[in-house]
Amino acid sequence: MSRLRRLCLVVLVATACHAPMSVVAAAGPVARSLSHLTWVLIVASAVVFGVVVVLMWAAVMRRPTTDAAVDLTPRSARIPIVGGAIIPAVILLALFLVSVLSERQYPVETRVSAQVFTVIGHQWWWEIHTADSGAAFANELHVPVGQVIEVRLLSADVIHSFWMPTLHGKIDLIPGDTNRIRLIADKPGVYRGQCAEYCGLQHANMAFTVVADAPDTYLRWLASQQQNAAPPADSLQRAGAALVTAGRCAVCHTIRGTPARGMVGPDLTHVGSRLTLAAGTLPNNAAAMEAWITNAPSLKPGTGMPALPQFSGMELRAMTAYLEGLH
Amino acid sequence: MTVLRGGTVGLVLMAVACAPSDRSPLVPGGSIAAGRAAVQQFSCGTCHAIRGVPGAVGQIGPPLTGIVHRTLIAGEIPNSPGNLAGWIRNPQAYEPRTAMPNLGVSDSAARDMVAFLYSLH
Repeated sequence: MSRLRRLCLVVLVATACHAPMSVVAAAGPVARSLSHLTWVLIVASAVVFGVVVVLMWAAVMRRPTTDAAVDLTPRSARIPIVGGAIIPAVILLALFLVSVLSERQYPVETRVSAQVFTVIGHQWWWEIHTADSGAAFANELHVPVGQVIEVRLLSADVIHSFWMPTLHGKIDLIPGDTNRIRLIADKPGVYRGQCAEYCGLQHANMAFTVVADAPDTYLRWLASQQQNAAPPADSLQRAGAALVTAGRCAVCHTIRGTPARGMVGPDLTHVGSRLTLAAGTLPNNAAAMEAWITNAPSLKPGTGMPALPQFSGMELRAMTAYLEGLH
Repeated sequence: MTVLRGGTVGLVLMAVACAPSDRSPLVPGGSIAAGRAAVQQFSCGTCHAIRGVPGAVGQIGPPLTGIVHRTLIAGEIPNSPGNLAGWIRNPQAYEPRTAMPNLGVSDSAARDMVAFLYSLH
């Protein structure tokens, strides 16, 4: 028994703690009801599998009978009907009911006011807006713990799917339509999500991060994100700002408070505050930023960001110093 | 039971004996395993191709596999553990125009990274 318990613990730890996207490591009520449903389905499937194996074993081991002794009475003919149709139908119906009931636990009621975010899927990144401010984010969403969050999901190109198993089930982003989900994060933490509908070459590198913070921390973050870009702090950053806001970068990217007003790529006003670059492809640090600026297609083939080999080492360092300073 | 236990001990001993040593023969005090982790942590692989590091296929700087056999670092500095660790910590001190950024790597992390890189033949 203790060995079995230890094995279960090992399996749980392996699935829950070391996997950033585990369905059994729920951090909110919606995901928790899905997690319960997952366990119900796993246990039910295991029981059915065990019973079927035992029955097959019994059939194989049964003493052979002569042809004359084969029982063809109506009573015995009922076995395949009961065992093959009625019992499976009852089990499937019960699982269907459990599934419907667990979905009804979603906190979807619209009477409760919610913090609304709009998420727009792009190949291959996530554009995020709050409903009541001019702030635009990319690939990273901060939410207040314990409050109802409504996420409205749109697509700018093809079908994507917003999947963050620790907080909610999958929901598609459909071009021309708006899907809505409501979720609550009840534990502070950093949660990983991932596009779950194949959307092209870099589908696998289309991740996003949800950071659940205490409400006051969240409000501070929101206030700072709503501000314009920080001015360059030193001569290196000034040189970088001149290159970024007046050069090629400004054609595609917006940095609020500067001449950069491009609308093609992610808003970079607070890019230095983000945890990752290129939708979870790279950690956000100076090395990754330089590499991304000078040769993004080598790191994420197919990305809309072009290779920019014209910049010298010093120019790259200056641009990186400016961008990493945009908190 | 004793046979089983003896067998287990033997297996463990064999596993320990066959595992490559973590200590670098070339870099005193450097840990190869810690260096591999540091190379991943500082995402060296976004710019450099490094064999044995998942995702380290960068094409921005030179490949680092086999760097132990090279004479010069960055084409100008004699390749020694001390110089390579110094270059990793502050490349601009050697070459002010290099694109390689100063990532705030600690002294011990730089030594471990050299130990790891020197283990890639």
